[in-house]
Amino acid sequence: MAYPLVESPPQLRRTRNGLRRRTTRSRTTHPLAFLLPAFIILGVFFFLPTVFNFIYAFTNWSSFKDDIQFVGAKNFVSLLSDGSLVAAIRTTLIYAALVGIMQNLFGLGLATLLEADTRVNRFARVIFFIPVLMSALAVGYIFQALLKPTGAVNQILGLFAGHAVTIPWLGSTTWTLVVVAFVNSWKWAGLAMIIYLAGLKTIPEDVLEAARMDGAGPWKTFFRVKFPLLAPAVTFNFATALLGSLNGFDTVQATTAGGPAQTTEVLNIYIFQIFGYGLYAQATTMSLVLFLMVLILAFPIVGYLRKREHVL
Amino acid sequence: MWSRYLQPVVAIVLCLAAVGVPLWLALITSAKSQGEANIPNLALPTRWHLLDNYSTAFTQGQVWAGLLGSLLVMVPSVIGVILFGSIASWILARRGSRLAAVLYAAAISGVILPPAVVTLVLLLRQLGLASTPTGMIFVYTGMYMSIVIFFITGFVRTIPIELEEAARLDGAGPMRVFFSVIFPLLRPVIATATILVCLYIWNDVFYSFFVLGGGKTTTLQLNLFQIASSNLYQNNWNLIFAYVVISSLPLLVVFIVAQRRIISGITGGAVK
Repeated sequence: MAYPLVESPPQLRRTRNGLRRRTTRSRTTHPLAFLLPAFIILGVFFFLPTVFNFIYAFTNWSSFKDDIQFVGAKNFVSLLSDGSLVAAIRTTLIYAALVGIMQNLFGLGLATLLEADTRVNRFARVIFFIPVLMSALAVGYIFQALLKPTGAVNQILGLFAGHAVTIPWLGSTTWTLVVVAFVNSWKWAGLAMIIYLAGLKTIPEDVLEAARMDGAGPWKTFFRVKFPLLAPAVTFNFATALLGSLNGFDTVQATTAGGPAQTTEVLNIYIFQIFGYGLYAQATTMSLVLFLMVLILAFPIVGYLRKREHVL
Repeated sequence: MWSRYLQPVVAIVLCLAAVGVPLWLALITSAKSQGEANIPNLALPTRWHLLDNYSTAFTQGQVWAGLLGSLLVMVPSVIGVILFGSIASWILARRGSRLAAVLYAAAISGVILPPAVVTLVLLLRQLGLASTPTGMIFVYTGMYMSIVIFFITGFVRTIPIELEEAARLDGAGPMRVFFSVIFPLLRPVIATATILVCLYIWNDVFYSFFVLGGGKTTTLQLNLFQIASSNLYQNNWNLIFAYVVISSLPLLVVFIVAQRRIISGITGGAVK
């Protein structure tokens, strides 16, 4: 070795493998041990129950038996044959899709309407954030009352129609699911609105001006310029709305409790009910079904939305 | 024409119709007598029963127990999830190895994947934590750890590593580097995460029902759920709405006081 005029820093010191930047620095400066508290809690209270889900769904665990034995796929078979598996999956999927679409429509609509920073708009944004802060349960009870045949909504409609209106909003076996999805979207629209507002603010002014110079009217500007540039916000909002409502419970329970005739029985309501009956193995089976459903849906959906973000 | 006159009018009408009407209904029904409250229309009560309904809600609805319970399960969970989550995020953000990437994917899986409630109850029973606030705190911390790690890891990557190196040159160990350099700079995203986690935990009914059910601890939302579900009160809409108002007030008050901070907190940390 010649004369090292300057001491080379430890990262660049020659080793047997030649020059190597950043030797074992990370081990001392960013110790993996710091990950332990978070991962222990995650592991024990999140991953472990999920693993158990896979196991206990294949047993006869219930509050009526003292021991637990493996019964193979009996739970799945019985739930499939009495139709409850398919019904619950269908209801949950439709509910989640409706919420995903409606919540984002409302949020995006509100954000575009209230985009300018005027006094009125700032006030309106605060007002629409209030439902976000209330519990879904409270919102559900309010709407259960509003949507009664003798409730306020029919009362107002009656004013406009000139005669008594008694639409059973929560009594239709076909449409009540849409109504409940609407209530949930109403509650969360304010949060979607705020995220879209932030997204709108990131659109550079010169892009909008260029569009204006090219003669684009407000609708064209929106669909061709603003909406594509909002792709990250759409990804976040749509993914959380859709995947979050697959896991929904509070709103549905408070408005219809799964009715009428189980047509709004999303998976978590089903789980809640049969858990209450002491049929723990079936509840676990449904919980597993929910988990698999989210897993199967999440990757393609997030993948597709992420791809849209690479529009430019 | 639109922006001057029509738009503000549309905005205000929308506020009144979409938010004003439901809130109005809740408020006035909570002031009606039981009989009147059974027809949930928008008319004002013939006689105001505000004091009766609210004091009944307080006593029979155990408002103080619920409020304390909600705080008891929320505060430690938020502290735990922010503390452990941020320090884990820092390591995951700075370490570029394959292992770190796998760990990160595992850590944020909880943002999308639902917790397994039924087996969670089983686990808690085996650990002796069923129906206890400690169990609830661990469950919430586990549930919301992913969303905290998700937000904070992205944010840490925007902090220049030179700041850490400077502190290290001054002889600071990793703990010191984290708490004196990184943690203070994480304030915006910690604000976002805290607000969201507080919102989710305070308003939760589903998970707290499974975990705390049958125990001595209760939360405001669990009380509301009980009041509205128990057959005795099936038609006591006035009481139910009194409780709806009471249980919504704490977060609303905090929001009105810290409104601008909260909204900028949510957007500031979310826009990466």
